[in-house]
Amino acid sequence: MHINCPHCGDRDQREFSIRGHGTGLSRPKGETWSDDWNDFLHIRDNLAGRIQELWHHGGGCGAWLVVDRSNVTHEIFGTRLVSEVRS
Amino acid sequence: MRLDGKGQINRDTPVRFHFNGAPYSGFKGDTVASALMANGVKLVGRSFKYHRPRGVLTAGSEEPNALIQVGEGDAMLPNVRATVQEIYAGLETSSQNHIGPLEFDLLSINDLVPNFLSAGFYYKTFMWPRGFWEKVYEPVIRRAAGLGRITHGASPEENERVFGFCDVLVIGGGPAGLMAALTAARSGADVILMEESADLGERLLSDGELIDGLPADIWVDETVAALRDTGHVRIMTRTTATGAYDGLTFGAVERVGSHLPHTPDLPRECFWRIRARQAVLAAGALERPIAFPMNDRPGIMMASAIRTYVNRYGVTPGEKVAIFATNDDAHKTAVELIDAGVDVVAVIDSRTGIQAHGDYRLHHEAQVISTKGRRGLTELTVRSGGSEFRLEADCLGMSGGWNPTLHLTCHTGARPVWNPDIHAFVPVDDAIKGLHPAGACRGTFDTAGCLSEGVEAAAKALKALGKRVRRPDLPMAEDAAGATSPLWTVEAKGRAWLDFANDVTTKDVRQSAAEGFKSVEHMKRYTTQGMAPDQGKSSNIGALAVLADVTGKGIPETGTTTYRPPFTPIALATMGAGAQGKGFAPERFTTSHKAVTARGAPMMEAGLWYRPSYLPLPGETHWRQSCDREVTMVRNAVGVIDVSTLGKIEIFGADAGAFLDFLYTNMFSTLKPGRVRYGLMLREDGHVMDDGTTACLAPGHYVMTTTTAAAGAIMAHMEFVSQALRPDLDVMFTSVTEQWAQFSVAGPRARELLNRVLDHPIDNQTFPFMQCGAVKVHGIKGRLFRISFSGEQAYEIAVPSAYGDALYRDLVARAEALGGGGYGLEALNVLRIEKGFITHGEIHGQVTAFDVGMQGMLSKKKDFIGKAASTRPGLLEADREQLVGLKPVGAVKELTAGAHLFDRDAEPTRLNDRGYITSVAYSPTLGHFIGLGFLRDGPNRVGHHMKIVDHLRGVTTEVEICDPVFFDPEGGRARG
Repeated sequence: MHINCPHCGDRDQREFSIRGHGTGLSRPKGETWSDDWNDFLHIRDNLAGRIQELWHHGGGCGAWLVVDRSNVTHEIFGTRLVSEVRS
Repeated sequence: MRLDGKGQINRDTPVRFHFNGAPYSGFKGDTVASALMANGVKLVGRSFKYHRPRGVLTAGSEEPNALIQVGEGDAMLPNVRATVQEIYAGLETSSQNHIGPLEFDLLSINDLVPNFLSAGFYYKTFMWPRGFWEKVYEPVIRRAAGLGRITHGASPEENERVFGFCDVLVIGGGPAGLMAALTAARSGADVILMEESADLGERLLSDGELIDGLPADIWVDETVAALRDTGHVRIMTRTTATGAYDGLTFGAVERVGSHLPHTPDLPRECFWRIRARQAVLAAGALERPIAFPMNDRPGIMMASAIRTYVNRYGVTPGEKVAIFATNDDAHKTAVELIDAGVDVVAVIDSRTGIQAHGDYRLHHEAQVISTKGRRGLTELTVRSGGSEFRLEADCLGMSGGWNPTLHLTCHTGARPVWNPDIHAFVPVDDAIKGLHPAGACRGTFDTAGCLSEGVEAAAKALKALGKRVRRPDLPMAEDAAGATSPLWTVEAKGRAWLDFANDVTTKDVRQSAAEGFKSVEHMKRYTTQGMAPDQGKSSNIGALAVLADVTGKGIPETGTTTYRPPFTPIALATMGAGAQGKGFAPERFTTSHKAVTARGAPMMEAGLWYRPSYLPLPGETHWRQSCDREVTMVRNAVGVIDVSTLGKIEIFGADAGAFLDFLYTNMFSTLKPGRVRYGLMLREDGHVMDDGTTACLAPGHYVMTTTTAAAGAIMAHMEFVSQALRPDLDVMFTSVTEQWAQFSVAGPRARELLNRVLDHPIDNQTFPFMQCGAVKVHGIKGRLFRISFSGEQAYEIAVPSAYGDALYRDLVARAEALGGGGYGLEALNVLRIEKGFITHGEIHGQVTAFDVGMQGMLSKKKDFIGKAASTRPGLLEADREQLVGLKPVGAVKELTAGAHLFDRDAEPTRLNDRGYITSVAYSPTLGHFIGLGFLRDGPNRVGHHMKIVDHLRGVTTEVEICDPVFFDPEGGRARG
């Protein structure tokens, strides 16, 4: 699998590591334990199909990416920098 | 037997090699199979289960029978296909899977009890008595079954791994592949053309056809020359594409030196990973056998393979050859044999109303129903119409039709589809996006069709690349594939083999279905059909046809088993090329590496780093002697150790303080320039992730240290926090771990030592505990941090890495003059346990700040990573396992890490488990063992006596629970 890093271009999967579902970007606001925090930390839909995942280009520029891909076919539909997804 | 005037072997270059210790001679260009054939050797191995005599079945990598061991000593490789291995001077080969000589295999007794060894025999026979499995059954089975012998030492031969890139990868060098490569290259694409055998051309070299009026081999030579002229093609012969992976990445094995005498620096094989922008699969097709009784004798082989041996290797496998065919194509073999002067006994064709293609005897509507010949075919029985008759023959070519070699199209999950017109599975459209099948591998069997499909597949690839297609002229070639009619099995008495490699017969498949294993995947596992090194290349389709027949389902409904990489077996040494021994992981060395190894320090791995365990003095024979001395030296004088491996991250920006506040549980924005603070980091789930110190060098400028092990993970974490969670903060950071060499100088005489290397001396008032600042070391700009991991007066001094070696040697020499010296990780560990300082032994991922007694470091004034989760009620319960110290109080004085804690009178069972020990050391300072561990409600049990039990090492020790800080609890020494 290759991932198109917005900074570095099309790069081999081995330069990247996966963190998990894109849910990881939606950190709840509260500073005490809540259902929102429980959902954020533990609850994932675990879909088979097109999903948004967080990948780190640790073997390259250090950027964190949201990779839009199918976990069934491994086809990648697009990548964005997390900083751009957030803003 | 050699044939005059035939073949492409080099008859000017004889080659001598050995098989089973006996010398044989062949020619350059021969495979072991063709050379043995030329020498009249028919018996080349014994079958897997029944140990039946077996000969060569095919002329390619799909060979199930002729598996041999190649090479000597630890370089020996088992299960090499004799049909692929080329001979070279001095080559040593041997047959496998027999006890005693090949001709008189003791285990051939198995052949007399086939009912005992039928499908599922493992599951039925070895069930009882249960205790027999390990001691009796398994050793016997392991001795009797299996194929080649494995060597135990590492192979002395080298392999390599390579990465390749191209616009268009063409897999297969037959007519379709050659035309695809020519089209792509002439259209300006960068092409890799891969061919499994030694020469391009594939069936064109075997079948004696004409192309554009030229003998096919001459057309191949001209086409190869044209390919080279384009300057765009890398031609890789002796290369097998073994797997198709995501994103048009292909694995391939190139036989670089395995066909040559051992040559220094020449790898045996190369494992390629090739990233193609587009690919053409022109892998051809494999002829399928017919399951007729006793079809496994040496001398019975594929009809197409006979043509290959005649036309490529100039050798005939027999002198009186019969052909058993279901199709027109197999008749070519008779024609080629007659042309070569070999006696063709008859062609036995199962169909009606067909014409002979030459001057040979043809039996219509006929089938071979039995054969004779103990170590080689001598006679066959033919049934034609209502009558039966016998024919004398020493070779029988069989052909049940052709199966497209579509394996690679299925490697990413696609399933092939059944084409009833050609009675074969073909690739489904777009099985792999960007991989375009052409020719026989998609069921097009005529040469003209293969040539034109090669062009069209390349055109599709070129269009996808946005390149203009320049089609070469299509050469004239045979455009009729000939008719075929399927015949899977011959109904007659006797065992009929489907899978030669694993000894699976039609009866086994039927029995599997009768016993309920009717799905093709179940049948495969129950009978082991298709599970040998050839992965059922010649048997899968035949076996599922038999299964379909028994179950009454059609072949398409029955379906195939899953095709998985690798297409052909790959030696582990090849796949792991470059990753053995030191190649397995990179090594990171500190700048003091040479100095400590010169002192004989045994090195230990810390992640990828190598650090000294201890620095032995002459006369010290046990690590504990050195370690105890080093600990005492630090406590009484001064010690020096390289701490450069700890992660160092330099942080800049107006919001750097706020960023650190968010990362750490405690406050850093209040840290003044010139000061250092210890910090604790949690994961978002509220558990401790890492700890370390961060120094404020100037306003908006910090340098953080992480533990050695977590350095990479913390860097990635900080990047995530910065980019994903707090992009609002103005902060930049980078790892400087390798830019600075940093040494800890610890002990009562630490300052005295430092003042001998610093340009401007320091004192305790101007440079107190937890101070930091810029210094000059022998004129070099450095950094000084007054932090202590030993509890002693201690400093960490950092200089640019280029000066690390010099400074380490200088510090150690000066320390020795003060009664100190260098120390290693063992002593460092003892020193920190004496002080109750935690490492990843304690913060192992399942502990909270509460558990390690640092609940007070969780700031209430700000948000931080892990704050919300750290408030979960379950993480604050008093009966959680919490950090304590331990010391032995009974007769046994030893503590072991990993031991568990129990009440003194409790049975040491899981239910009574109260905690566990994470770190232990012998403390020379205190004169006894000490330990750190986690105990339920630990802080409230200080002073209690408990027992530790280490079931693994058989140690039980009575201990007293104590505070984790064993030495200098007030901390006065670090501040002095």
